[in-house]
Amino acid sequence: MSQHSSTYVPKSAFGKWFESRLPIAGLIHSSFIVYPVPRNINYFWTFGAILSFMLASQILTGVFLAMYYTPHASLAFQSVEHIMRDVNFGWLIRYMHANGASMFFVAVYVHIFRGLYYGSYKAPREILWILGVIIYGLMMATAFMGYVLPWGQMSFWGATVITNILAAIPVVGDTIQSLLWGGYSVGNPTLNRFFSIHYLLPFMIAGVVILHIWALHVPGQNNPTGVPIKSDKDTVPFTPFATIKDLFATAVFMILFAWFVFYIPNYLGHADNYVPANPSVTPAHIVPEWYFLPFYAILRAIPDKLGGVIAMFASIAVLAFLPWLDTSKVRSTSYRPLYKQFFWILVADTLLLGWLGAKPPEGWYVIVSQIATAYYFIHFLVILPLLGFIERPLPLPNSILESVLGQKGGAGLPAGANAEPQSKG
Amino acid sequence: MAETTTAIAEPTRRDFLFIATGAAAAVGGASLVWPFIQSMTPDAATVAAGAPVEVDLTPIAEGQIVKVFWRGKLIFVRHRTPAEIKAAEDVNVATLRDPQPDSARVKPGHAPWLIVYGNCTHLGCVPLGQQGEYKGWFCPCHGSVFDTSGRVRGGPAPINLPIPPYNFVSDTKIVIGQGATA
Repeated sequence: MSQHSSTYVPKSAFGKWFESRLPIAGLIHSSFIVYPVPRNINYFWTFGAILSFMLASQILTGVFLAMYYTPHASLAFQSVEHIMRDVNFGWLIRYMHANGASMFFVAVYVHIFRGLYYGSYKAPREILWILGVIIYGLMMATAFMGYVLPWGQMSFWGATVITNILAAIPVVGDTIQSLLWGGYSVGNPTLNRFFSIHYLLPFMIAGVVILHIWALHVPGQNNPTGVPIKSDKDTVPFTPFATIKDLFATAVFMILFAWFVFYIPNYLGHADNYVPANPSVTPAHIVPEWYFLPFYAILRAIPDKLGGVIAMFASIAVLAFLPWLDTSKVRSTSYRPLYKQFFWILVADTLLLGWLGAKPPEGWYVIVSQIATAYYFIHFLVILPLLGFIERPLPLPNSILESVLGQKGGAGLPAGANAEPQSKG
Repeated sequence: MAETTTAIAEPTRRDFLFIATGAAAAVGGASLVWPFIQSMTPDAATVAAGAPVEVDLTPIAEGQIVKVFWRGKLIFVRHRTPAEIKAAEDVNVATLRDPQPDSARVKPGHAPWLIVYGNCTHLGCVPLGQQGEYKGWFCPCHGSVFDTSGRVRGGPAPINLPIPPYNFVSDTKIVIGQGATA
């Protein structure tokens, strides 16, 4: 998984025989045992492990749900109720799967904003970041199709709204819509193929996750200072340090997960989805799941169908260009006093968009949505490129070790180090 | 070895075979993709279920909107009141987003009957009848407003509610879907 030569030496005769034929133990050893991680990474760096756990949890619970679920327009809703009422522990597996999707997104949003704060998208980690954007896109497609499967009112109308969004694409939109529907409207063929694709995509995510980890292990992990690893003193071995820290963080995260599953399993859902799908009545208030709300607000902010669709897709696609939109060479926001303020404004703007996405599209909500949408794009397309030229960053530590030991003055930082602004260095 | 270097200048039989084989593989690959994509288009049973449907208009009272389905799509059959017809006809067509006179949206001699698709042209929600500023329809999802001719008058919907293909077979009966393509 990395170009580091393996120091793994098999002990048993069988181990030697096996390793010379398939060096997988050596790969694991070099990637997850002796692999050097920066000694200063904080708990925000445990979300990669938490996300791996959530992916595994979703696949495991999903495989079991598929044993009882029936992907047919007239049977799907009943089969979900069958899982909830009759199947032994069916309620648990379904609540784990439904809330697991939300927990997956909680973790991925922390993971993304961690990357934004510490500049983890900057060279040499551009491909790593873009693979992450691809995983995020696959996650959204998977979550959307999964939400359609219970075939309740929100499932049906969510599918209708989203497939109509795709119809706004010029030239090929109608063809794409027809291929998704498999009919003249959202119906049984749609449900069938959504089930098939919902089962497929998590394995594609797992594939891209492997590439993501591979791309991570080439330059190594970023860290809260953004200063690259310069010597062995800057690092600790992955096992036991990162392994135990990841396991502990995952266990804490599981407490949050369990709280939702056991105490408020329907808190993040919509009551309307316990009403069977009815194509002649739209629920009074269509809202997507919480993790889509900021993008839904952007979609509705533009008073033009195609324009809204373009803005919504652009709001995600812009992330892929982040490594080149951010002109500052300083990675960590800890050393960027101006960007630090804009970072938190962006966080607030995203939360505001999420709140607006849940509100009805009328009155001043529309105007605020438009302002918040405009700011979202201004942040990435105007503020970020300009800041790199305007901002005077704080002096960086000479090494990770120095930042950990809190060395100040003396030999640590010559006075001249401050003279050169780090912005273009 | 000298031969192989001079061979670059002039195409050889091997180059031809290489390109011909590649082209055959590309055509073969594309032909294999075709049936898989075709399998995702509406199947024969779905097409058969999309046959025209008859709607008897006699039980529909004046002012009433009845919902019917054709090809899984919702269709509004609206028996308009004289006031609603007048409101629809008295509009300056040039001011509309999708300019269409009311006469183009009903069959000649059947002005009381408005038959339109029942999904908002924005993102497909079902608008609520007799509501909104023009008492036509109002979409609760994203706020589109339609008049009593089903024309968009406000909100994000880009075009009017479309008219499905239909004919009057008698004064009290219509057939929806006649002459429609599969």
